[in-house]
Amino acid sequence: MLTLEDVQVTRGAFTLAANWSLEPGARCAVLGPSGGGKSTLLNAIAGFDPLTAGRLVIDGIDMGDTAPGDRPISVVFQETNLFPHLSVWQNTALGVNPRLSLSAQDRQAIGDVLERVGLGAMHDRKPGALSGGQRARVALARVLLRARPWLLLDEAFSALGPSLKTEMFALLDEVLAETGAGLLMVTHDPLEAARMDQIIVVDGGRAEPPVEAQGLLADPPPHLKAYLG
Amino acid sequence: MARSAGPITGLAGAASVALLALLTLGTLGAVAWRAEGVSGLGPADWYAIRFTVLQALASAAISVVCAIPLARALARRRFPGRGLLIALLGAPFILPVIVAVLGLVAVFGRQGIVNDLGAVLGLPQIVLYGPQGVILAHVFFNLPLATRFLLQGWLAIPAEQFRLAASLGFDGASMRRHLEWPMLRATVPGAFLAIFLICLTSFAVALAVGGGPRATTIELRIYELFRFDFALGDAALMACVQFAICTGVALVALVVTVPKVSMAGLDGIVARWDQRGRVSVTLDAAVIVAAALFLLVPMGVVLARGVPMMAALPASVWWAAVTSLGVAMVSTALALTLALSLALWTARGGRVAVGLTEAMGALVLTASPLVMGTGLFILLFGWTNPTALALPVTAVINAAVTVPFALRVLAPAAREVEDVYGRLSASLGLSGWARMRLLVLPRLRRPLGFTAGLAAALSMGDLGVIALFSTGDTETLPLAMYRLMTAYRTDMAAGAALLLVLLSFGLFWLFDRGGRVDADA
Repeated sequence: MLTLEDVQVTRGAFTLAANWSLEPGARCAVLGPSGGGKSTLLNAIAGFDPLTAGRLVIDGIDMGDTAPGDRPISVVFQETNLFPHLSVWQNTALGVNPRLSLSAQDRQAIGDVLERVGLGAMHDRKPGALSGGQRARVALARVLLRARPWLLLDEAFSALGPSLKTEMFALLDEVLAETGAGLLMVTHDPLEAARMDQIIVVDGGRAEPPVEAQGLLADPPPHLKAYLG
Repeated sequence: MARSAGPITGLAGAASVALLALLTLGTLGAVAWRAEGVSGLGPADWYAIRFTVLQALASAAISVVCAIPLARALARRRFPGRGLLIALLGAPFILPVIVAVLGLVAVFGRQGIVNDLGAVLGLPQIVLYGPQGVILAHVFFNLPLATRFLLQGWLAIPAEQFRLAASLGFDGASMRRHLEWPMLRATVPGAFLAIFLICLTSFAVALAVGGGPRATTIELRIYELFRFDFALGDAALMACVQFAICTGVALVALVVTVPKVSMAGLDGIVARWDQRGRVSVTLDAAVIVAAALFLLVPMGVVLARGVPMMAALPASVWWAAVTSLGVAMVSTALALTLALSLALWTARGGRVAVGLTEAMGALVLTASPLVMGTGLFILLFGWTNPTALALPVTAVINAAVTVPFALRVLAPAAREVEDVYGRLSASLGLSGWARMRLLVLPRLRRPLGFTAGLAAALSMGDLGVIALFSTGDTETLPLAMYRLMTAYRTDMAAGAALLLVLLSFGLFWLFDRGGRVDADA
């Protein structure tokens, strides 16, 4: 369970408020206009932006000022998910141990995961030598290895073309099925949001409680309608 | 994003600031404290102050004025060797001062090329030693710097503006009035101030071609007060005067924006549709050739004379070279440690860190290395046997002096690593030494290599503190070379100069290249 209790996050003149919770394994889109606070919400949950008020409780533990890396969370950003000076293998291995001190078992696991995402032959490549889709695969391979109960995607696939995007969502389904993780996915694309079970609408400094996706998109309230056009 | 520096980053940054504060303010305090009575500023001191300011004004003015036609010619002409010439304009920064002085002596000295030519033509002899020599050497070092400042200004004028001017049929005068004059008005004051500040704290040049009541700088006066009069208090007082003057200039520089010379990117050419006349082409060519001769001939003469002497260099010179290499390595390691700590601290530590680090950088630039060295002895060992510790202290002071330059390269790079990869590494739980090893060091490899090269070359070529404390048996290569010069063994000095240039530029090249090889974008 991921719970935001009367949370407020203030960044300069902007304040975002949220008060709701998500069931474990939920698949939820975060939808809304840019500047509405989508990224602020994600940054707060991931631990990059401190809460100004309220509590964030994940799986029964108050996150307080827990460091981002110590939260039960994996994050995939829109850009910069890989270190350009490290190889595909190293970038993936960071998901097992950020110090890269690895047991034989770990190495086996890393090789297996890369094989699964179709990068078995690219262990030594640097990110600069990969396509956008391949880079996204490395990031997802690392999510598989980290196996955290929650996954945050910050417009992670928005730069990919339509067919690659479909491919990535298929891989994402596999990742979620295997790790049983809950998903919180920021997007500005209603088609992507429609792939989820629930939607959180973020607009004007308020993150509304999650509602059932299909129903919401079929009959959007006025402010969402204005955004969807 | 919450930017909280890790405990080690904060500790290392604060320790570096403390060390620099100790080296600048602490040493000044120590020297003043040990001073037995301050006799106040005597006539010699006032002469030194007056000369320091006047020669710095003259040097900066001549450098900037000469740089204007040179930068303009370089900005608008395309010719073979242009890139090389522009690259060479960056070389004086790491060229050992004493080598350049020897080159100027070879060209402008009593038995130099210019006087030989003059004698044939029946012209009166030029005397290098004295104020004119100090100014000439300063122009030699700072004309290239000024040219880089202004060239950057010229290349920053958008090409569209020149195109528009051409389509409107601007003549040369209109071009100057509407395009070039506004650029110069924005660039020249900053360039002038930067060079003025550099010339204010000049020591090695004044030591080699200055001296006497007519050509003693404040820094040279401090040297004399220490070495000959042993007047610690008066030396400390002069250091305070230098500090006050430099601080005043630095405050003015805050108002006038001093341009930052970028390390690359001066290879563009301003497309011009005017100035194709034969007169203007000839004038530009003459300016470029004259500047190239002025800058290259002195170096060429020294290095050419040095080649046959290399084999004949006495063992003491080779030992001095080994000593210098050792000092340079220690100094480089220390400079990198200090600068990297500060850069990481400012990148993650917020406002206080940035403010303190910038203040320290400015303080180091205005402080007197001689006073820093002397104060360090007093603080650490009392005034017992400074000669035994001349080398370590030289290494420490050289490192401190390099830090402001190193920070200009490292701080923005560290900030960028933080901005681009900070969140990713935090979300992966990358911290401590793993973060350093897997993120910071690989990402900063190029600027670190460049900085190390800079630190090594600057330390290798430095003739400062070592001149103050060294006795016969401990000498660095620049000091050995200076002693050969003052003993009129000019040929031998040229051999040492060649060795010094090879080592300085060799070290720079090695480190800089080490940072580039196999570096990923």
